[in-house]
Amino acid sequence: MLEISDLEVRYDTEHGEVHAVNGLSVDLAENETLGLVGESGCGKTTTAKSLIRLLESNCTIAGGSVELDGRDLTDLSLKELKREVRWSEISMIPQNAMNGFDPVYTVGEQIVEVVQAHESDTSKGEARERARELFEKLGIDGDRIDDYPHQFSGGMAQRAMVALALALDPKVILADEPTTALDVVIQDRLLDVIQDLQDEMDVAMLLITHDMSVVSERCDNIAVMYGGRIVEYADAETIIKSPRHPYTLGLRNSFPDITEDSQDLISIPGAPPTLVDPDEMCQFAPRCPFAEEECWEVAPEPVEYGDGHRVECHRADEVEYLRSEAEKHETWTELESTETDDELTETEVKND
Amino acid sequence: MSTNQSTITTATESARNSVATAYSKSRSILEGERLAQFGVIVLAVFIFAGLFAPFIVPHDPGKINHGEDGDVLRLAEPTAEHPFGTTHLGRDVMSQVMMGAQVSLIVGLTAAAIATVVGTSVALVAGYYGGKIDNILMRLVDIAYGLPFLPFVIALVFIFGSSLYNIILVISLLMWRSSARVIRSEVLTQKERPYVQSARAAGASDFRIMFRHILPNVLPLVVLYLTFGVAWAVIYEASIAFLGFGDPDMYSWGTILYEAYINGAIRYAWWWVIPPGVSIMLFVMSVFFIGRSLEKVTNPDLRHN
Repeated sequence: MLEISDLEVRYDTEHGEVHAVNGLSVDLAENETLGLVGESGCGKTTTAKSLIRLLESNCTIAGGSVELDGRDLTDLSLKELKREVRWSEISMIPQNAMNGFDPVYTVGEQIVEVVQAHESDTSKGEARERARELFEKLGIDGDRIDDYPHQFSGGMAQRAMVALALALDPKVILADEPTTALDVVIQDRLLDVIQDLQDEMDVAMLLITHDMSVVSERCDNIAVMYGGRIVEYADAETIIKSPRHPYTLGLRNSFPDITEDSQDLISIPGAPPTLVDPDEMCQFAPRCPFAEEECWEVAPEPVEYGDGHRVECHRADEVEYLRSEAEKHETWTELESTETDDELTETEVKND
Repeated sequence: MSTNQSTITTATESARNSVATAYSKSRSILEGERLAQFGVIVLAVFIFAGLFAPFIVPHDPGKINHGEDGDVLRLAEPTAEHPFGTTHLGRDVMSQVMMGAQVSLIVGLTAAAIATVVGTSVALVAGYYGGKIDNILMRLVDIAYGLPFLPFVIALVFIFGSSLYNIILVISLLMWRSSARVIRSEVLTQKERPYVQSARAAGASDFRIMFRHILPNVLPLVVLYLTFGVAWAVIYEASIAFLGFGDPDMYSWGTILYEAYINGAIRYAWWWVIPPGVSIMLFVMSVFFIGRSLEKVTNPDLRHN
């Protein structure tokens, strides 16, 4: 239903052109939940925002297409996009719902506003009724639509935001870390409610998060993002149980697994790339314990491993070796120490 | 039918509620603020005088009064008949001062309203769009800041003539600059808030975001500037009138002082000078007192002392 192909989004900054999204392709089927995971700054949010062109003024879509039911959204004028796509087709749940509402209007007024702005023939009473229904479905007392956002607790405000996102019965919801500000229990309950409503209303969701446990439970498919590209894509189980990309392996290492007794969490050393005028290479190579000469010179092409499992890595074929090595602490710490050595030499050189 | 009725009842109820909250809010702002309460009372007296002056003045302010002996009552000291005495032409000072409240109210409210509306609109557009538009508008504000008060007033009054409308225009032209600059800075912080982003994601137009979402959020500051604008406009009007550029057809407090001054009476006819002078002071002071407690709403720092 939603097909993103070769999407390129660039920021024009004083340090140069930042390739925040760099040739990203992914599909989203009806009623599917796609998890988009990756570190901060890897381009997750930019990807989501670029779908409805909610970009900063120095940011442009430099290439590729975003097709929603066969219509290319990148070809639409901003006016058409505002009227026909934003919220009515693709809506959004922002990171922090508490601030997602305008503090000077009641939550109900804001739901009515968005309904009436897009459906001119819906009366205020009908819109209010719809807001009430959504509230009740989300487990909030319908009378509370007349409350102001600050009268809601964090979890309730987030639910109200979900009600707002569903008010126009959209095809896709972009959920940008919708549960980050909430505690685990509320998080879980909110995601349950969203999932129920999603099935009931037939909505697809792009769930952006850096929380592996959330995506593993809730998503049909997972796309792991690194350096503006999707480095690995597969169904949730495959990504969690048998990933092939070193970054996914590293990511998995850095989250605890409650089914195992004791576990050392291993973090991936280094920092994500800045993506300013990136070179032709595997962007993960500088942090990858398995990087070879080829990785520094050629950007890997996506390779299919059956059932839609797509990996962008030169060494994805040596998966057994990668997996066994990635589980060892030394593999990652060695890299860290060599890196610090390099830095030391660099400083020494500078001092001389 | 019944649902219809219930929506109407809830609508009237919510309207009543919002009036009630507005009342209790303004009460809570004024609670414990002795000076602001004093300001409200003084201002209420002036507003009453301004609204009903033509009907309640003891004498026609332009009428030349005669004493019992038939002579013109020139520069008479206060009596029961003329509580603030008379002018050199035998006109009743108290009636003139009461009429003056009207001018001050008209000038104060209109000039402040025009300046605040212009300033706020400029601030919203400049702050929201940023970039070139912001740059151009803020340089205009710089130019407005460069206008010297007196030469500007004298030049404009010479060109357009000294009528009440021109005075309001001149004052508004001098006052929009400060609200434009300060409110713009608040718009800059508001426009980065997530709710603006949500509104944009929901397909709201720039105009709608500016006036329906950002404006209500900067409204406290707008009201504050409006309030202080009233006080400043009254001071400006008095200065203009005292220099002799006031509307000659109207009795403003500044004009009364001007008349007393050019007739050399300012040294001894205290009853001609003190009432308009004290009126200006009381009016401006009461507005400032109210503005001061409104400022506590926008600036929490002030609440600590």
